[in-house]
Amino acid sequence: MARLTIDDLKRIKEKHKEEFSLREGGYRAKVTVHMGTCGIAAGAREIMTALMAELREAGAEGVIVATSGCAGLCSKEPLATVEMHGQPPVKYGELTEAKIKTIVKEHVIGGAPVEKLALVTGSETAY
Amino acid sequence: MEQYRAHLMICAGTGCVASGSLKVRDALDVEIRKRGLEKEVKVVLTGCNGFCAKGPIIAVHPGEIFYQVVKPEDVPLLVEEHFIKGRPVEKLMYKMPADKKAIPVMNEIPFFKHQVLRVLRNKGMIDPDSIEEYIARDGYQAAAKALLEMSQQEIIDTVKGSGIRGRGGAGFPTGLKWEFTSKSAADQKYLLCNGDEGDPGAFMDRSVMEADPHSVIEGMVIGSKAIGATKGYIYVRAEYPLAVERLKKAIKDANEAGLLGRNILDSGYDFELDVYLGAGAFVCGEETALMRSIEGQRGMPRPRPPFPAHKGLWDKPTVLNNVETFAQIAPIILNGADWYKSLGTEKSTGTKVFALTGAITNVGLVEVPMGIPLRTIIYDIGGGISKKGKKFKAVQMGGPSGGCIPEHLLDTPVDFDSINATGAIMGSGGMVVMDEDNCMVSLAKFFLGFTADESCGKCPPCRVGTRVMLDTLIDITEGRGKPGDVETLLDLCEDIKATSLCGLGQTAPNPVLTTIKYFREEYESHIHDKWCKTGVCRDLASFEIDAAICTGCGVCARACPQKAITGEKKQPHKIIQELCIQCRTCYDRCKFGSIKIGPGLKFAKAGATNAAVADATAVGGPAAVADATAVGNRGEK
Repeated sequence: MARLTIDDLKRIKEKHKEEFSLREGGYRAKVTVHMGTCGIAAGAREIMTALMAELREAGAEGVIVATSGCAGLCSKEPLATVEMHGQPPVKYGELTEAKIKTIVKEHVIGGAPVEKLALVTGSETAY
Repeated sequence: MEQYRAHLMICAGTGCVASGSLKVRDALDVEIRKRGLEKEVKVVLTGCNGFCAKGPIIAVHPGEIFYQVVKPEDVPLLVEEHFIKGRPVEKLMYKMPADKKAIPVMNEIPFFKHQVLRVLRNKGMIDPDSIEEYIARDGYQAAAKALLEMSQQEIIDTVKGSGIRGRGGAGFPTGLKWEFTSKSAADQKYLLCNGDEGDPGAFMDRSVMEADPHSVIEGMVIGSKAIGATKGYIYVRAEYPLAVERLKKAIKDANEAGLLGRNILDSGYDFELDVYLGAGAFVCGEETALMRSIEGQRGMPRPRPPFPAHKGLWDKPTVLNNVETFAQIAPIILNGADWYKSLGTEKSTGTKVFALTGAITNVGLVEVPMGIPLRTIIYDIGGGISKKGKKFKAVQMGGPSGGCIPEHLLDTPVDFDSINATGAIMGSGGMVVMDEDNCMVSLAKFFLGFTADESCGKCPPCRVGTRVMLDTLIDITEGRGKPGDVETLLDLCEDIKATSLCGLGQTAPNPVLTTIKYFREEYESHIHDKWCKTGVCRDLASFEIDAAICTGCGVCARACPQKAITGEKKQPHKIIQELCIQCRTCYDRCKFGSIKIGPGLKFAKAGATNAAVADATAVGGPAAVADATAVGNRGEK
């Protein structure tokens, strides 16, 4: 490592901000890919790979990616849920690699749900 | 910058490595690659997580999911369920002892919930070998502030104002020590870090050096400016190979990054730092002996004054602080004295790290605010006594220099002055918990054996005094105790405390003093009745099965190495005294408490029977009397 200046200390901290927001539990958006048996059979694995690649490429900040089991809508798999901080979750279905890229650009980064691809907004009521 | 969706933090502290965490890491690497997740899931080796009892430990972010006792064969399930299907694996989670309910999130587990992390702020959060990860968590920001924005006096005032007292054990105010040394005029000054952690059962400093080596280095950089030192050493015992390796790497990285060495951060300040390995002498944890050792001489203390602030290493003004003290300096500089003082008590500010060991459920490393009651540490964090049905007896604080604190003082707040008032000392933070099966005379003997061995021999009170005390204790535990021994011990304690040259001798009597103070009846029963009621001292114990309680399960008979226990299935068993070697295995194994401990048989003739019977009547009722009589009779034949 070359000799550091104060600015370098700040730069290094900034560079790792993403990693540490994940470890420290602070995030702006959460994308869940539903990976039950149905989801995986319908190609959720590829969706996940495409999602990660797109997030990396876009340098998205404050986004965490999670997996979960079957969302119940097996006929619409692969499914993903996008939760922006302070907003109701939005579910997207029948995903393709192209669709998930659009969702990352417009919803996760841009902040506006992609209405033409959205299945439903909000979640089931749980007792 | 690579982005991952999950970080898997595997504890690679010495405890978890010993229980197999590196094998788990290897299995994870294989499984993650097999599943094609290597670009999604990042595996990080961290320093000690603290919950050593449950190792190997893995924490998964996001979600802070805590997995314990993970074995390589659990890995395929873990990867499949958690990282592919997104379902945390309950089987590997912490379970509440009472109702076996799984607690997925780390900070909701009682062991972690009551802790406040300052010294251990980066524990489990960073890779200790990565200077970048340390910097990402505000690392070296405080050093930059101290070197570029603060004057020498401002640094000293901040540290003084924080009220922090030396974490090595004696609790001398750190800021004051720095101020004295800063005012000594000299062409060369030294700053030393004491990592010669030698108390049996203590591992706080090792964990800090292993988990967060840069925090110690940064504290030293700040201290070097405060006192005007340009050269420093971290004195680490050679028995800590992992700490030495990580410190050396951290020093090398900090030098390359211009955070150590010449002209740090272009501030014009120089500070050269090296690691010096101790050669295994406990006395080298004493400051003047440590300095002699670095000079290449035999590690022996010398009288003070002159104090190291005036004449220390190579007779130059020197400051020596403990690892844990240095690790707290950076946050004090960044957040200010008031922030630091906001935790703890008026005279003991901040937090303290303790190593919990012994007969406790949650063995591990904990950091708590000063002033917290001992009971909270032992029961809420430590989970109480590990062996079912056994009662708490005492906790030894401060290792061989400290003392034991009995049950009725468990509400004592943990701060320097309250702990001193019990006769124990805060010490460096070792807490050894004992249950009712521990013999307090043997405990005192153990610690005296340690100090007598480790006495450097320079001054007679320590060299001869600890030896005489040890011999007296050996006599008492082997049946040669005489009336008056306790008084002799107390007398010796006072003399050795008052006249020894250094802290080793001055504190060596503490374990004896406190065990006599709180458990004198155990000494008396060893001496007069030849009866060690816990059965630890073999010569002073005999074992009998209480036929009224015995279920005839046969566990003791199978465990007995002498085959000295006979009996039919489901019928009360019997111990053949001629074969019994008083190893106590049957007592430890019996789930029903049917094994009774009586006085030592070979001394029964000396008139112990009556005393034993009288005692048994008081303690155990008629059954115990029958027991004691039976024992006495056999002894007389």
